[in-house]
Amino acid sequence: MMQQATTAPLLKVENLVVEYVVGNKIVHAVSDVSLEIVRGETLGLVGESGCGKSTLGRAVLQLRPAVSGKVLFDGEDLTAMQGEALRKMRRRVQLIFQDPIASLNPRRKIGDIIAEPLVIAGIKDPKERLDRVSKVLNAVGLDPALVVGRLPHEFSGGQCQRICIARALVLNPEFIICDEPVSALDVSIRAQILNLLEEMKARFGLTLLFIAHDLAVVKAVSDRVAVMYLGRLCEVGPSEQLFAKPAHPYTALLIEAIPVPDPDVRPAESVAVGEPPSPIAPPSGCRFRTRCPRADQKCASEMPELRTVRPGQYAACHHPLTDQGA
Amino acid sequence: MTGTPLLSVEDVAVDLPTARGNLRAVDRVDLTLGAGRTLGIVGESGCGKTMLSRAILQLLPKKAKLSGRVMFDGQDLARCSAETLRKLRARSLAVVFQDPMTSLNPVLTIGTQLIETLQEHLELDGMAATKRSIELLAAVGIPAPEQRLAQYPHQLSGGMRQRVAIAIALSCEPKLLIADEPTTALDVTIQAQILDLLAREQKRRHMAMIIITHDLGVVAGRTDEVAVMYAGRVVERAPTQALFKHMRMPYTEALLAAIPKLDTAPHTPLPAISGRPPDPTRPLIGCSFAPRCRYAAGRCEAEKPKLAAAETADHLYACFHPIKLAAGVGA
Amino acid sequence: MATLDLVIQEDVTATPVRSTRRLGRLFWAALGWVIFVFAAATLVDVLPLPSPTDMDMLERRAPVSALHWLGTDGFGRDELARLIHGARISLIVGLCAPIIGLTIGGALGMLAGYFRGRFESLVVGSMDVLLAFPPLILALAVTAYLGQSIPNLTFILGVLGIPAFMRVARAATLTLARREFVVAAQALGASHARILLRELLPNVMLPLLAFFLLGVAVTIVAEGALSFLGLGVPPPISSWGSMIGEGRESLDVAPQLAFIPAIAMFLTVLSFNLVGDSLRALTDPRQGAL
Repeated sequence: MMQQATTAPLLKVENLVVEYVVGNKIVHAVSDVSLEIVRGETLGLVGESGCGKSTLGRAVLQLRPAVSGKVLFDGEDLTAMQGEALRKMRRRVQLIFQDPIASLNPRRKIGDIIAEPLVIAGIKDPKERLDRVSKVLNAVGLDPALVVGRLPHEFSGGQCQRICIARALVLNPEFIICDEPVSALDVSIRAQILNLLEEMKARFGLTLLFIAHDLAVVKAVSDRVAVMYLGRLCEVGPSEQLFAKPAHPYTALLIEAIPVPDPDVRPAESVAVGEPPSPIAPPSGCRFRTRCPRADQKCASEMPELRTVRPGQYAACHHPLTDQGA
Repeated sequence: MTGTPLLSVEDVAVDLPTARGNLRAVDRVDLTLGAGRTLGIVGESGCGKTMLSRAILQLLPKKAKLSGRVMFDGQDLARCSAETLRKLRARSLAVVFQDPMTSLNPVLTIGTQLIETLQEHLELDGMAATKRSIELLAAVGIPAPEQRLAQYPHQLSGGMRQRVAIAIALSCEPKLLIADEPTTALDVTIQAQILDLLAREQKRRHMAMIIITHDLGVVAGRTDEVAVMYAGRVVERAPTQALFKHMRMPYTEALLAAIPKLDTAPHTPLPAISGRPPDPTRPLIGCSFAPRCRYAAGRCEAEKPKLAAAETADHLYACFHPIKLAAGVGA
Repeated sequence: MATLDLVIQEDVTATPVRSTRRLGRLFWAALGWVIFVFAAATLVDVLPLPSPTDMDMLERRAPVSALHWLGTDGFGRDELARLIHGARISLIVGLCAPIIGLTIGGALGMLAGYFRGRFESLVVGSMDVLLAFPPLILALAVTAYLGQSIPNLTFILGVLGIPAFMRVARAATLTLARREFVVAAQALGASHARILLRELLPNVMLPLLAFFLLGVAVTIVAEGALSFLGLGVPPPISSWGSMIGEGRESLDVAPQLAFIPAIAMFLTVLSFNLVGDSLRALTDPRQGAL
């Protein structure tokens, strides 16, 4: 059903379900999500708050237990791994967080923080560690001499994010999950960090899963984009194609809602109706039907599956927007 | 633009004493706003836009020193008594903050907060206040308003809470509404709804509005005039169309260029602005943007440019090397 | 088009940001007193003072004189010598007992806050049971069973302090364990032990230490109370509490016998409180907002 890759995908998520208990209710954070990421590609994962994209990112890294489903990294099932094998696997997959300052231990020096992955990986020689730390700090545009002995609170948000990127890169991983890496940063710093990520990707040969709620940011760095709503995938497709011709009504809604910095573009009277339902009691059938202008009886009774709407583009909708050739 | 403006900020400066020295949060800002008009104030964090809004509302922290005049409806707010200010608040001057979770009292029901405001400022009795509250909640698009009166803020979603905050702000028919990053904490689909709501209510009540945001997209379609702030000063001010179509300040151009846009192809490197905003406790002698500006030359580092109009009377900017008029919107 | 800056060298300010909260004069005065008491207690053996146990029956309840700088008590023993020896006892018990609380309670609290689940319920539950125990009865029971001695006294007061330290450690760990730098460490494959020792402990240590100093103050008072009741240090060892107890009988003729040790205890407890409070306020990470 998914894109038939000529090479085996680096990451393959199969029917992942993540739920957690709040009080005595179950939150369906991720419901039956499957996707593939090919080596060297950047997959953007976009959706609003509560859609489960961050939970998915953490579940892929086994930082959150999955109720069912598999996560295959380079052919090996991460969900079945434990202990030492899992720890070894972690060196190949890294994570960058949204709040760069909170991601750094306020009481440890930057040099120690970046060297930590090396220590855990068993690199004992302090000179070698310092050498690798310096290399990676230079790569992210920071002068090691000025940075290594200081504490996180002495740096700005953008600089802290560079430090976090350096920490993620120091072990030469193959795959990095970026969970809203620029949302907490100022507009002018965002562009710097996005450029940096692109450059690091090229230099280190990385594969990225880029999670964000800002469509324009996601489009700027992604080859393919997946749209999530309330725990399920709505649409997956190549970036240009998906944004130019969205097939799923939710994708179209997201695109329309973005405020465009051009005074000639009159902001359309938003067609968004109401608020997203709670993930504790998602609607039956298609989860978007309560806000969808195209919803009908079929949408309430039957859960739509991801189906090809155009070459390379899949949408989970009974009435995708290609019906009218839009 | 005829007659006296509703709000006139004249040479306002805000100084904060900090451990590292004096912090000039707002550096001699002038602004005017006519009744029924919308002004957008755009800038990144640390540019002073929030402090400016606090200065207008007279809600500055105790340690802050305010100089200059804030003329509202003929009165200088900076020199009003506490009693006069109290009467002006809610009745004439209202505010909506960024985070509705902290701007609403978490231990009081929605109804109590609304009704209290109405009783206090409009002197309505209980029954009339309740009826009016229900009307207000319906007007801001909250379904089943009668049930909401008994609910607490945490039982509502972020978007709903912000609607309640707007309802409270609008309850006493203010002449000026200041919205400080009203949608930053909300999802993009809810953001559009809230901005639509604000625009609708503003038209209906012929209310003046100031929208403070870091998002140029938010001000593009919804304001009459835009003021761009950097390092405590207004660096460019113009009617919205003119600002986007004929921007003169390199900072505005760079800011617009650095935003990823939906019609750009993926993997196009973004024209980022290098460096960081200056440390407000160590202000520069020359133009604050000079270290990051690609047009900067000798004079920029020695002298601070003044905000002035050149070709068109209503388009002001503070730059010695403004962008040539022939250039269009950068990006 | 603006130039493309792909690799941008960040200019980090050359001078680090210093924390500039100042410690007030009260803090330094308090610290000075604590150091003074410490010094006196440590050096008491080399000081030219009469022995605290030498009874001079002819000089009972004597006023201030050249021989006895603070006079004598009801048994003719030198008041100043007894006071300083009493300081020794108060400080030993006052410091050692909370250390028991800090290590055991702190460890339990961190583990409970980190692992959560049933282990946490078990720890919290047992601490609640311990707290529900009337402390005085426990002290009585232990002294009756094991005898009255300084080690036993320290043991009782230490055990009674464990729940409070557990609470402080657990509260701090609960907030910290959810922050992203802990998740980052987990994502790196750090073992639980490493996360607890390297990531959490340096952050939990500060509130624990500040609480420790407050605990010292409380313990000194508690020891004083027990000794006052005759359940604390066994005679003839003097502690401030027992001195106050003995001074009670002479309140009408020589009130200074009760007041001098009381004032000494008051000043010491107050000083520990002030130092603890100042350190807590100093190490609170403050983030200025504009």
